[in-house]
Amino acid sequence: MDWIDTLLIPIIKALIVIIGLLVAFAYMTLLERKLSGRFAQRLGPNRAGPFGLLQPISDAFKAIFKEEVIPSEVSKWIYVVCPGVAVAAAIIGFAVVPLGEPITLFGRTITLSMGDINLGLLFPIAVAGFGLYGIILGGWSSNNNFSMLGALRSSAQVLAYELPMGLALVSLAVVVGSLRMGDVVAAQAKVPLILLQPVGFLIYFISGMAEINRSPFDLPETENELVAGFATEYGGIKFAIYFMAEYINMIVMSFLVATLFLGGWHGPFDQFSPLIQIAWIVVKTLAVLFTFVWIRATLPRVRYDKWMKFGWKTMIPLALANLVVTAIVVVLLA
Amino acid sequence: MSIVRMVKGLIQILRAMGVTLKHLFTRPVTEQYPEEAVAVYPRFRARHDLRCDENGLERCVACGLCAAVCPSGAIFVEAGENDPDAPVSAGERYAKRYEINMTRCIFCGYCQDVCPTGAVELGHEFALADYGRDELLYSKERLLTPASPHVTVKQD
Repeated sequence: MDWIDTLLIPIIKALIVIIGLLVAFAYMTLLERKLSGRFAQRLGPNRAGPFGLLQPISDAFKAIFKEEVIPSEVSKWIYVVCPGVAVAAAIIGFAVVPLGEPITLFGRTITLSMGDINLGLLFPIAVAGFGLYGIILGGWSSNNNFSMLGALRSSAQVLAYELPMGLALVSLAVVVGSLRMGDVVAAQAKVPLILLQPVGFLIYFISGMAEINRSPFDLPETENELVAGFATEYGGIKFAIYFMAEYINMIVMSFLVATLFLGGWHGPFDQFSPLIQIAWIVVKTLAVLFTFVWIRATLPRVRYDKWMKFGWKTMIPLALANLVVTAIVVVLLA
Repeated sequence: MSIVRMVKGLIQILRAMGVTLKHLFTRPVTEQYPEEAVAVYPRFRARHDLRCDENGLERCVACGLCAAVCPSGAIFVEAGENDPDAPVSAGERYAKRYEINMTRCIFCGYCQDVCPTGAVELGHEFALADYGRDELLYSKERLLTPASPHVTVKQD
């Protein structure tokens, strides 16, 4: 293990991941606007370049040139740093996603994930908790009642839905026999885990939507409820960065769903080249992202107390039941 | 929440998603305005036109009915005697000054309804944005010139 293995390759991988995620975020905003428009029988943005492809650039341009007002009574350092914390947590969550089998370049074996750690399945949950700080502290430091309320709502929601998410992942670990992401993907070589764990998939998907504050669970940040929720006092670039954190969370969550339940990078013809493996996981991620936008275009927002009740009184018992049934079946079949 | 209710709820959500998916494959109803012409009905009321008759004389005889009926008082008419050798209009008088204040006009069409000679008509030119209030006080010459609106008239 020389300096190239320990330093250069991780740095290059990190740069590729960060730049890739940022570009993916930019075009995810465009994809969402165009898809939401098409679901509503209208065109999405199509003025800023052919098919609106330059729209994210024009949005970034606008955000940069907006006047940045920092209210006078905020806790300055926390206020400024919080969007960065949220985005950092979102990007870090991508670290355990495997994009393919290890490849050999210039005589060195390079794994196609940032780190295939032993506790890969626990990592996204831990990082989600860490990202929550970005929201809570952002809402608190804004020195504004509505921001604080939005932040508290968001934290209660994330907390409530982390439990079913964790239980769904535990059921997954029971079926696979390991917490490592690489093992989970390897176990799906024949059949994707969605067929073995349909209820687990549903629980994970719904909890994932609640975790990333995504419609229909986006009360913490709705425009017509709490102004902009925890991001009320943020403008310009800082707001764009919160926005970026949410979308990158969405992209990472889609990658995780694709990896854990839809078979990861497996697919026909995947033994020929790592590029085909990467293409497969990207295709599955796009399908999940499409489903997120589809659900947002279809369902109205859920009332806060109803979805809290749903999370605590329905999802957790369901996840526990799923875990018990899975464990019994696995033991019986062993 | 019972299992039955959950399954029923899930099925309803999936049906709703089916409806949205169906809309995904329909043609969007957006009209791309600057490139495509807007389809308007034949009696669509937009910018006024002062018309002339077959002999080339102006129809407006400066009776002042349009100015009297206008709810906003946007029209100003000043009459002048027709020179018998070089008549401007077909009657005794002609409109020496005829101004419509477009910042006050509400496009109701009463002036068009009340005009006895059919001089004032509301045409289809609706792209009337301009850069100053002075430019928006339309004089007679401007109203006499026909406009070429970017519209297609619906045939119904």
